[in-house]
Amino acid sequence: MSWLLPLPVAIPLLTAAAIVATESLLPRRVLDAVALAAAAAATAFSLLIMLHAEAGDVLHWFGGWRPSGGVAIGIDFAADPLGAGLAALACGLVTLALLYSWSYMQEAARLFDALMLVFCGAMAGFALTGDLFNMFVWFELMGVAAYALAGFKVEELGPLQGAVNFAITNTAGAYLILIGIGLLYARTGALNLAQLGRMLAGHPADRLVIVALTLVFVGFLVKAAIVPFHWWLADAHAVAPAPVCVLFSGAMVEMGIYAVARIYWTVFSSPLGHAGEVRSLLVWIGVVTALVGALMCFLQRHLKRMLAFSTITHAGVMLVGVGLLDPKALAGAANLVLSHGFVKGGLFMVCGAVLVRLRAVDELRLHGAGRAVPWWGVLWAAGAVGLIGVPYVGVFLGHALVDDGATARGIAWVQPLLMIAEAVSGGALLRAGARVFLGWGAKDDSLLTPEPPEEPPERDAAVAPMAVAATIAIVIGLALSVTPGLEVRTEHAAERFVDRTAYVAHVLRDAKPAREPRPPFTVRAATTESWAYGLAALALAALTAAFGLWRHRLPELFRAAAGRALRPPVEVLRSAHSGIVGDYLLWLTIGTAVIGGVWAFTLR
Amino acid sequence: MNFLAYGVAGWICLVGFYGAIVSKNLIHLALCLTVIQSSTYILLLSIGYEKHGGAPIFKGVKLGTTAVDPVVQSLTLTDIVISVTVIALILALALDAHKKAGTIDPDQLADFHG
Amino acid sequence: MTRRRIRGAVALPALGVLGAVLFWGLSGLPPFGNYHGIYGFLINHRALPQRHTTNAVTATVFDYRGFDTMGEEFILFAAVTGVVLLLRKTGEEGEDEPPEEEVRSDALRLFGMFAVAGGALVALWLIAYGLVTPGGGFQGGVALASAFALLFLAAGYGPWARRAKDAALDPLESLGASGYVIIGLAALISGLPFLTNLLGPGKPGTLWSGGSLSFINWAVAMEVAAANVILYKDFLEQYIAPLARGRG
Repeated sequence: MSWLLPLPVAIPLLTAAAIVATESLLPRRVLDAVALAAAAAATAFSLLIMLHAEAGDVLHWFGGWRPSGGVAIGIDFAADPLGAGLAALACGLVTLALLYSWSYMQEAARLFDALMLVFCGAMAGFALTGDLFNMFVWFELMGVAAYALAGFKVEELGPLQGAVNFAITNTAGAYLILIGIGLLYARTGALNLAQLGRMLAGHPADRLVIVALTLVFVGFLVKAAIVPFHWWLADAHAVAPAPVCVLFSGAMVEMGIYAVARIYWTVFSSPLGHAGEVRSLLVWIGVVTALVGALMCFLQRHLKRMLAFSTITHAGVMLVGVGLLDPKALAGAANLVLSHGFVKGGLFMVCGAVLVRLRAVDELRLHGAGRAVPWWGVLWAAGAVGLIGVPYVGVFLGHALVDDGATARGIAWVQPLLMIAEAVSGGALLRAGARVFLGWGAKDDSLLTPEPPEEPPERDAAVAPMAVAATIAIVIGLALSVTPGLEVRTEHAAERFVDRTAYVAHVLRDAKPAREPRPPFTVRAATTESWAYGLAALALAALTAAFGLWRHRLPELFRAAAGRALRPPVEVLRSAHSGIVGDYLLWLTIGTAVIGGVWAFTLR
Repeated sequence: MNFLAYGVAGWICLVGFYGAIVSKNLIHLALCLTVIQSSTYILLLSIGYEKHGGAPIFKGVKLGTTAVDPVVQSLTLTDIVISVTVIALILALALDAHKKAGTIDPDQLADFHG
Repeated sequence: MTRRRIRGAVALPALGVLGAVLFWGLSGLPPFGNYHGIYGFLINHRALPQRHTTNAVTATVFDYRGFDTMGEEFILFAAVTGVVLLLRKTGEEGEDEPPEEEVRSDALRLFGMFAVAGGALVALWLIAYGLVTPGGGFQGGVALASAFALLFLAAGYGPWARRAKDAALDPLESLGASGYVIIGLAALISGLPFLTNLLGPGKPGTLWSGGSLSFINWAVAMEVAAANVILYKDFLEQYIAPLARGRG
């Protein structure tokens, strides 16, 4: 079955090259259909790989260069269920986005299709590979396709700013990763993840390993939009076309989180042990990210920028899941990635449809205009509720598992903070939905930052493909919490993910894994505690939305006092998001210096 | 002397970052990124150097003679191609910015903020 | 103080701390010249007997780590597609005939003829013998594209624009990119891992060495050359064409 492994990468890439070659020969619809077929094929193959990987990691050595004497000479793809599942998610979102853009994209569609397919192949390769430098190559390919797609609408100035900020910060992060890879190679003479883990095992973490850890993690955390490296995400999302935003929020950011998990467990888990210092720093950063994202989400009126900050919130929660260094929490993060990817993708599709039908993406400008398009309002509301953590809906399963892991590690204090973050960002989405689709709330609000408008597409687009794609995305995302057997399967997969010795034995010495019994098809029952958290989150979200809508009806005294207390920090936070790339690079420097300094002192 | 090459690489990286942070001009920014790239090349190639090692080319050279590490050279080659392409993309964005906004000062291009 | 000044002032201590961390980590590296990694050692000793390639670097780039190179080739492909996308003519600009600007100096044209021909020959040699001596698809491809760009300097924008046509360059570039994947898939279809050499090792030290390595080498060279020419063309179009039109 190892012949399946190159296919999710080779098919999209080959099709992209073919599309560019035949650009002027074939009509647009034929090429659109070919692109859609290629993405669907990649999704199908990734799902097959995931199912096979549950029995044991699937391994493929490129060029036939198998390891000799326990030393890896070639590059391998080592698919485990979580990695293959992530590849399937990425390819699936690309398929939905291409279906959506069948009618949404109106110009330069062929180049768009080609770049989307390249993006698809790169993400699949990134999730499946077992070689650190190969990871870097797919990371850069993802980046290049993404920068071009972000700047797609060249007629406006906003996309240029978004694409420039995106390209420069992520490239700087990539160079940091490369320096880290160089350091690791110098120490171990290896680039294969399993072999790096084997060579570093047994030796304590010295200065080189600690700095390599810092640099590699920071580079991937830039991609994962974690504070203080998150500034580029909102700029890029506000201006990229909606189907592209689906991929950015749904899969690309999650790739950074996956890389942190994969590299930690295969390479660094032995020299660092289960270092509490790594755990506490990652958890702290995750919590801060979630809270900052939630606050900024509330302050937005540009719908896509609001969704971007909501992604940052959830990326923070995912980082907490990974950073707890616990298999249960890791399974929770994996489930979060799945449900968040589909729901957020669906929400972005709703945004794009709103732009086409109602000609704006500004919440205040659209006040009440959404009453004309009720189906999109239903989808938006369903998606917003799905992101809050209500039991049995959307991100509930992931959140519950992360909470379990936090309690197991004695860090239960993160649970209320994460609940607040998800509730506030969900509340912001509910507020926007109520204002746009129901016409509730004030027509003006000085608290929200005005942004430049987005040019709607010139011609009216057919709504059917957009509606189908968006509905599928949101329904899948919401239903994931009640998929039978998903929880147990992800937990088993996570336990295999964190087992470094088994991974090394399988990759380098071809050891056969033990056969596991078929996991039961159960659905996680919500405990009283999770009901409490879920309903509290829903209540808080509703409260936040109500506050946003009817703030002006509160007594004057209360508002003045609250304004005096809260305005300075809010203004500081808002001005920090300056849109200037020099500021972002400065934060990258400060963040790396602080993380490196903290770990230099605590991990020695 | 033992660590001079690595020190040079580190220094160039810091200089590149400083230039990028205070840059007034997108093209200058792209070139500062090029400087940071160069530091990674120097680091990679110095890592692979072996004393008294020749080039890893074995035409007319007996197999088994000490040669420097070919893997870092292939990594550097890949790195060069990647970096060149990304810089080309950033320069294209700079061109577009000049056409649309009349300026290539990154501080002036901050349409979306807050 | 402007924002930029404040940024610069804050950046200095931040970079100081980052530098301290970085140098601290770099001091853990093995001393310069004392690298004894197993990976490079193995490849240096096996490239010739296993792949009949005297250039170990090319063997690494195109064979042992050939899958990385496929990704890298597509990075070039995606970046060029991205540049074409970003610099595309939108509704207001419209299509124009390339201006008829030609270089008039005979000395320049003569020198240019030799330079272009010489450059192209060196580039082709670099590509063809890349498996034997230093060189290879990437290096030779860039050299070939530069030789082609010399045509612009030697003969002027008119002749350049007439020869650097999209209709020829796009298929060449795509053929190079897809060729790599097809060679890999051919191995997969015959039941071997992706990108396995199907054509036998060949005779070391000659043009035909390394089996399918040489085909991959040429595919990459074609793609790199075409991609670079497309890049030069797009940038030149943006900048020179308005100037040339003004000069009339």
